[in-house]
Amino acid sequence: MNHRDYSTPPDNDGRPIGKFLVTQLRPRGRILTVFNMISVPIMTLGIALIVIRFVKGIGAVTNLSQEVPWGLWIGFDVVTGVAFAGGAYVVTFLVYILNMEKYRPIVRVTVLNGFLAYVFYAGALLLDLGKPWNVVNPIIGNSFGVSSVLFLVAWHFLLYMIAQLIEFSPAIAEWIGARKARRILSGMTLAAVIFGITLSTLHQSGLGALYLMAREKIHPLWYSEFIPILFFVSSIFAGLSMVIFEGSISQKVFFDQMNAERHRAHDGILHGLSKICTLTLLVYFFMQVVVFVHGKHWELLATRMGAWYLTEMIGFVLLPMILYFYSYRTRNITLIKIAALVTMIGVIINRLNITVIGFKWDAASHYVPSWMEIVVTLTVLFVEIWIFRWIVRRMPVLREPPAWAKEH
Amino acid sequence: MGINRRNFFRAVGLTGAALGTGIELSASPPKGSEKEMLGILYDSTRCIGCQSCELACALANGLPEPDPEDYPVPGILRKTNETRRSVINAFETSRGEVYVKHQCMHCNQPACASACLTRAMYKTEEGPVIWRDEKCMGCRYCMVSCPFDIPKFEYNSPNPDIVKCNMCFDRVKEGELPACVADCPAEALTFGTRRELLTEARRRINADPDTYYNGIYGELEAGGTGVLYISPVPFEELGFNTSIRKGSYPELTKGFLYSVPSIFVLWPAMLLGIHNATKNNAKNDEDHES
Repeated sequence: MNHRDYSTPPDNDGRPIGKFLVTQLRPRGRILTVFNMISVPIMTLGIALIVIRFVKGIGAVTNLSQEVPWGLWIGFDVVTGVAFAGGAYVVTFLVYILNMEKYRPIVRVTVLNGFLAYVFYAGALLLDLGKPWNVVNPIIGNSFGVSSVLFLVAWHFLLYMIAQLIEFSPAIAEWIGARKARRILSGMTLAAVIFGITLSTLHQSGLGALYLMAREKIHPLWYSEFIPILFFVSSIFAGLSMVIFEGSISQKVFFDQMNAERHRAHDGILHGLSKICTLTLLVYFFMQVVVFVHGKHWELLATRMGAWYLTEMIGFVLLPMILYFYSYRTRNITLIKIAALVTMIGVIINRLNITVIGFKWDAASHYVPSWMEIVVTLTVLFVEIWIFRWIVRRMPVLREPPAWAKEH
Repeated sequence: MGINRRNFFRAVGLTGAALGTGIELSASPPKGSEKEMLGILYDSTRCIGCQSCELACALANGLPEPDPEDYPVPGILRKTNETRRSVINAFETSRGEVYVKHQCMHCNQPACASACLTRAMYKTEEGPVIWRDEKCMGCRYCMVSCPFDIPKFEYNSPNPDIVKCNMCFDRVKEGELPACVADCPAEALTFGTRRELLTEARRRINADPDTYYNGIYGELEAGGTGVLYISPVPFEELGFNTSIRKGSYPELTKGFLYSVPSIFVLWPAMLLGIHNATKNNAKNDEDHES
């Protein structure tokens, strides 16, 4: 199987690597696409705003205040983004731990997505740090704040990025045609996967645990000691819904990268994932009910925030669960994609309810992100998509690996 | 006598609040040190709202001098910010106008210090909670965690600091009084070890039960704080946050943090086990889903 169109670079057997990399840097595909025309101006503006942020301080571009020190860049970029990146640990669990070969075709693209998500969300974190040059302090060991949940999360981000890079590295080796390196790197995959899943369990829940000390600041309908477990369980369906969503777009945009067999397998994969999403959403909904009953906040349901809470639970947990279940039973692929979209909106709402909307909900003035925060967030997202596209067009991510790499 | 008094206070739960919470997280000072923590007692019945403490604080810490037009008025809540670490507010209460000073509470087990991943926010052995410029990365997790909303951030600086009262730690180390205590003309502020201050607070309340409300804010709040308050009226009348829990805040993350090592041991072993158990199914699981 070997496409010979513009998007399928030849393997690099025996050619000088420097020259090869130069050829790879050249743009591929159409330049004047709708996506490019939207993303380039926004990214240009975003980069200008980032410069202003570093010259004049965080206050120059954000609406953050002394009462609300974490806004969109943490609540959406980091906390929500990492939940969506959870697909990588779930899919590697299915393929490498449960040995479900069915999902193998989506491993690489999911791991790549996860890896880029972490790189860019960690990048977004640097924008939010007042003194980003001190970011190495908890890593190089002159100041270990081991009692901090954030310390754990920071280390896990770093280690998990390395684990994901190892998981993805065979694709890089295949791209540059490094046979020996590929053999060594492939041998490290299982260890990286096991390490990665362990790290993910802890930092997906850790992102929720960050908010445990903000006990009086978060609306009681969203605050409970079970935030870490809820974050972990929701990262499973958040990540898988992202996989379904991204896969559906990739199937169209990178049509030429996939062979016929791969296209056929796609629906079966989505069907399988819809079952997992149904089950995890059911578990999550049940846990939310238990937490609510446990919290004894019946009277709060009659308030505005209570209505919003019910909207989240019914419209964005129960409804997508039913959609997933129904589409699974009827093998309705379009409905699976709709369910994925509703689930993702629900995850965004949930994470923002804890980090932004329900945070200091009773304060006199509310935090609303500035347009500049939104532009910077979009910039981070677009740069990530650009890099993703660059890699997919060059490395065997959606494409079949080169023939020499097939015999293990 | 001394021993009796000590035992009495143990029983009352002063130190008990700190010790009884179980294993201390590393943010609190090492257990072996028998050093008594220092603190400040603020007596609302004595405070005349003259703002001498605000001026002294600004001068001692190189902050801009307070605006003389900006004085405490009931109904207006003046807040600490990145240019002032301590403020006086006035409240209209059931017993007339009462003043309250606001600054860092210097918790026994501070949420901010346990939140800090670089130990920039640090509970000193002596008691003051200090902030260390060279360690801080400006993540503001201390601000998210502090139940009293004390740490402030210089949002409009390219090299922003976290600003909060540090109980004039440099002065205290030299044996001097914190600037606000030294300059208080009404003796509303008293500096000493937390134990002495609690004894003194109790003595004042017991000696004059008509003047004082029977309670010490900071005795148990947030697991006990270094700054203690006594007042003529219940503290909710003075705008104090009464939803503050009595236990310490770092305790809230303890369960999560303690589960980390067990997951790190159990998960890899379990995952490897499942991997090996399902290895042979790999060939014939094409129809696994249906």
